[in-house]
Formats: sequence, C-alpha cells, structure tokens
Amino acid sequence: MSFFTEENRQKAGSIVERYPVRRSAVMPLLHLAQDQEGWVSGEAMREIADLVGIEPAQVLGTCAFYTMYKREPVGALVVSVCTNVSCLVTGGPEIHQALREQYADDPEVYVEEVECLAACGGAPAIQVNYEFHEHLTPESAVEVVEAYKRGDRKARTLSGTPVAIVPTKAGA
Amino acid sequence: MGAKTIITRRLAERPDDSWTLDAALATGAYEALKRALKMPPDDIRAEVEASGLRGRGGAGFGTATKWGFLPEGVFPRYLVVNADEGEPSTFKDRMLLERDPHQLIEGIAIASYAVGCTQAFVYVRGEFALGYDRLTHALEEARRRGFVGPNILGSGFDLDVVVHRGAGAYICGEETALLESLEGRQGMPRIRPPFPAIEGLYAKPTVVNNVETISTLPAILTMGGAKYGKLGVNKSTGTRIFSLSGHVKRPGNYEVELGTTFRELMYQRNLGGGIRDDRPVKFFIPGGASSQWLTGADEHLDAPLDMDFVQQTFGVMLGSGAVMVFDDTACAVRVAWRLAKFFAHESCGKCTPCREGTGWITKVLHRIELGDGRKEDLDLLLDVGDNISPGLVAPFSQTTICPLGPSAVSPLVSLHKFFRDEVDEHVREGRCPFT
Ligand SMILES: Cc1cc2nc3c(=O)[nH]c(=O)nc-3n(C[C@H](O)[C@H](O)[C@H](O)COP(=O)(O)O)c2cc1C
Ligand code: SF4
Repeated sequence: MSFFTEENRQKAGSIVERYPVRRSAVMPLLHLAQDQEGWVSGEAMREIADLVGIEPAQVLGTCAFYTMYKREPVGALVVSVCTNVSCLVTGGPEIHQALREQYADDPEVYVEEVECLAACGGAPAIQVNYEFHEHLTPESAVEVVEAYKRGDRKARTLSGTPVAIVPTKAGA
Repeated sequence: MGAKTIITRRLAERPDDSWTLDAALATGAYEALKRALKMPPDDIRAEVEASGLRGRGGAGFGTATKWGFLPEGVFPRYLVVNADEGEPSTFKDRMLLERDPHQLIEGIAIASYAVGCTQAFVYVRGEFALGYDRLTHALEEARRRGFVGPNILGSGFDLDVVVHRGAGAYICGEETALLESLEGRQGMPRIRPPFPAIEGLYAKPTVVNNVETISTLPAILTMGGAKYGKLGVNKSTGTRIFSLSGHVKRPGNYEVELGTTFRELMYQRNLGGGIRDDRPVKFFIPGGASSQWLTGADEHLDAPLDMDFVQQTFGVMLGSGAVMVFDDTACAVRVAWRLAKFFAHESCGKCTPCREGTGWITKVLHRIELGDGRKEDLDLLLDVGDNISPGLVAPFSQTTICPLGPSAVSPLVSLHKFFRDEVDEHVREGRCPFT
C-alpha cells in the first residue's frame, strides 16, 4: 500500500526528476504529502525516504526543521498571525489574542503566531492557508476566518497549493 | 532625488495585470534577453560591472565581482536566486515575484547566459503561495515561447529553471543555509570558505543572487550599464526598492534613486507622506531587523541612502532595503525584545553563542519590559552580546558561523547607544512607561 494517491505518485516521480540529485526532492515531496493529507505522517515520510533513497529518519530530520510542515493533524485552516515589529506597533498582538480566544475550542482552526510575513506595507497582517489578508482589526480578522469556514472563501491546502483537496479533519 | 521607476516600470504601466505574459510583452519583456544572446557572455558581465550593481539581498556585494569568482572551466555550475525574503520589515521581493515574474525570469536567463550555467533554481519562501503560483505559471509561459528551455530563441543556449519552495525558516535566506535546504537537508549555514562560488550547490560552483538584483539586469542591458551607473550616489549606483513600514502615513514599497535621504523617503508626498498624526520620528531601523538603529535626529534623517556612507558614518546598514519607522508612542525596549525573540526563534542552533545567547537576550529584555528588570541588566545584555560579537562595534566580528548571531546584538547596541534612559526608567519604575 502506498501513501501517495496514484495521481500524486506520478507528480512525485516528476518532482524527483527535476533535480540533479534526488535528495533535493525531499521538501517538495513533504509539501505534496501535506497537500494530500493536511499534515505529514510517518507513513508519508517513509514513502518519501523510499522515493529519494535516504533513511526515514533523515526525512524526519529535514521535516522537523521547518515550521510549515505539521507533523500532526491541525484542522482545515492554518491561521498565521504576524506579531513582528511592524505588526507589533499596529495591532498584531491584539489580533493574535482575539483569534486564539475565538478558536480555542475549534478543532478546524489552528491559530499560530509567526514571524514577519513580508506584508508590513499592509500591517497588521495574517495568512489563512498562506493567503494574505492585510490592514486588519481583531474583528475583521475573525470575519476573514469565518468567511473561509462558511466556504465563502476557498482555502488553499495546508501547504498553500490552490487546488481543491479537502484536508482530513483533525482527529478523524 | 526621490522616486524613480526602473525595475517597477511594468508595475506602474500595467498596475492591473503586470504579471501576465501579455502585459509583459506589451511593455518590452524579453527584448533585453534577445540582445544579450547576441553578445559574448563576457560583454554582459562588463555591462553589469559598468553599472556598479551591488547585491540587493543584504550585503551589497558587487554583482559582477561575485560572478567573476566562478572558477574558469568548471562545469556544471548553478545560478540560485534567493527569494526567501524573511528579514523583518522587508517585502519588496514578494512584490517582484507576485507582480513581475517575467522580469525575474528574463533576468535569470541573462545572468545564466553571462555566467555560463544551464541550470538555475529559484528558492521561494514557503509562505509565498501566490508568488510561487505566479512564478511557476510565468515560467510555463516563458517555456512555451522559447525564452527558457532548450536552444533559447535559436541561440543554441539551453536553460532549465526549477522553482523550489521553502517551508518556513528565516535562516534559509542565508546563502549557504539556502543551499543546504535546496539539497534536502536542514537549513543550517556552512562554514565558509569554501564560498559558494567555488563549492556551492552539490559542491559545484554556484552564484547566489537576490530577486531584486536579478530583476535589475534587463533594465541595465536596456539602458546600458554606464548609464545605469550614473544614477545614484558614489558607489551606491542606480535605484533600489525600499520597503517602508511602521508609523508612516503611506507604508509600502518605493523605488527611489540611491542618494535620496531617509527624510525624503519618509516624508515626500508620493513616498511615505510623513508620520502618522504628524508625530515626530523617535527612531527607525534602516536596513531590516539585522541593522542597528538610527533616530529622529537631523543628521540621521538627512543621511543619504548610500550603503557605504551609512556604514562608515553610523555603523548601520541599508541591508535588505527596508526602513521601519517608529514614532514617539513606541517603546524602544518592547521593539528590541520582539526583535530578540525573532532571532532566538530563527537561530538554527548550530553555534553555541547564538543558540544560547539569543535565548538569554530575549529573556532579559522581556523582564525589563515587564518591569522586573535589574539595574545591571543592560550591561549583562551587552556582555552576552560581546560573546557573540566581540567588541560590539561595526564592522561586526563574530564568534559564530553566520551573521545571524551578530544581528541579534544590533537591537542591544542600539538601546545602549540611544535609549539607556528609557531602559533605566523601566527598571526604576518597575513597569513599561508606554503601557
Ligand atoms: C540570516 C541571513 C538571512 C538572509 N536572508 C536573505 C534573504 O531573505 N534574501 C536574500 O536575498 N538574501 C538574504 N541574505 C543574504 C544572502 O546570504 C546573500 O548574501 C544574498 O542572497 C546574495 O545576493 P545578492 O548578492 O544579490 O545580494 C541573508 C543573510 C543572512 C546572514
Ligand atoms: S550564527 Fe546562529 S543562525 Fe548562524 S549558524 Fe550559528 S547558530 Fe545558526
């Protein structure tokens, strides 16, 4: 039994071929796995190791270094709130707090504090599944997330790919 | 001096669709490439040399000089474009990716032809989902039109470009960490030498250049290097995009001629437009979070955007081209603490002084900000900083592998230089006077 779907297995093959050295494909394959499942499981890492010819522990080592890869299910929406200095002085921490409180018990919404998102021109800013939203207040930030929850806005995958893959529900 | 539209020309002319192939072709995209492919590669390097172009990624190293370090006759060799933009308050590369990917692709083809590589990579910050989409889409279009791929425009020159996404790690902006990451490993900087030009990606000669640096190449070939080199001031030639943020009325990206002053950048009506509520500038960070700070003093505000001048006169840098402005409502300790927290979070952990030091700096600054600071805390902080960057003066020495460690010391030295009283006030009153 393979982890990747048939379609993604083919994608994985062409990703590996892009690089002069197979190991370079580890990061894009981790993104692909997260696109498919909404997080990166041990099973996914074992298959990636096979595909590029290294040990699963080496894939884990790479995976664990980068904050975008989630090694457990986090729900359908990742809300990244910047509190670095440009956002710090324009209301980022207040937005972070409001979102944390609002979604504390919501298994589908994962609120995280992140470093500068390169959106300081529109500070304070957040991303929802890696889509930018700028010039926010605590209220408008909650409204943005609600729009995704209602389906009024179409979310990217948890790796930011704009395709209609439904990530697995947290804990499901 | 002031605004000047060279690499943001397409954005200005086609604000609604500058990233599309139609808009690009209608505004002269790939014309410079056509001309370049008829020139001997060395002549292109000579044009870039004449332009005086210096890297826009942070260090300001001469672009033609860097290309010249590639050892003769060693192949394959690679061009790697650094689109990992993560320096706090910098957001110009994201704009160039999202709004003018064809200019970047044209620049990549020109640079690759000039240095003789047939395989280029673009390392795009993982969080830039739209930028990644636009760039990969533009690359497909460019391939179909024969601007990229085998035998470009019948010239016999082949080029393959691979776009590689990061996954959230500021340190991967450092060029050797970036190469490690591109090789599928943890993004930890390498000890240099060997420099990437000698042993870079897959231990092959590699040029790493910033998005803006590469995006400037088509304009340089169109204008001619010498003409570009006449713009700007001293050895800071041409224009640069400055990301202006914080308490200005009009935060945003502005392309200005180098030599424009900080005051002009912050106050001109078509640029920053002045400070929010017409308050005074208390301090500003001139080159991204890694730089030391300047204040609202006239000599600072009237300093020109000249990489060498600000370095030699004030020990600060233009760095990544980001200017973050704080008015008199901002607490300097709070800003320093938040920057320290950033560096602690992003330290890759390879060197002890950085891994441990950034954590301690954050803790001590936090307790000062919370009102629990001690009288000797600032000196304690400087002592920790001295373990990372002995001497604590520009140009910064380092006990670490990469410059992230010394960068974490910048806010401390700035507090010590300009805001000692404010630190003392926090300690004396047992609270932050700004909250
Ligand atoms: C901690 C750290 C982070 C960096 N981040 C970036 C970055 O995000 N983008 C970039 O172009 N350069 C960054 N740099 C500079 C690169 O190491 C490298 O000098 C640059 O990409 C070279 O391109 P240039 O010569 O065109 O400026 C960083 C350096 C350090 C030490
Ligand atoms: S200075 Fe810090 S970030 Fe740079 S290599 Fe050392 S530990 Fe890593």
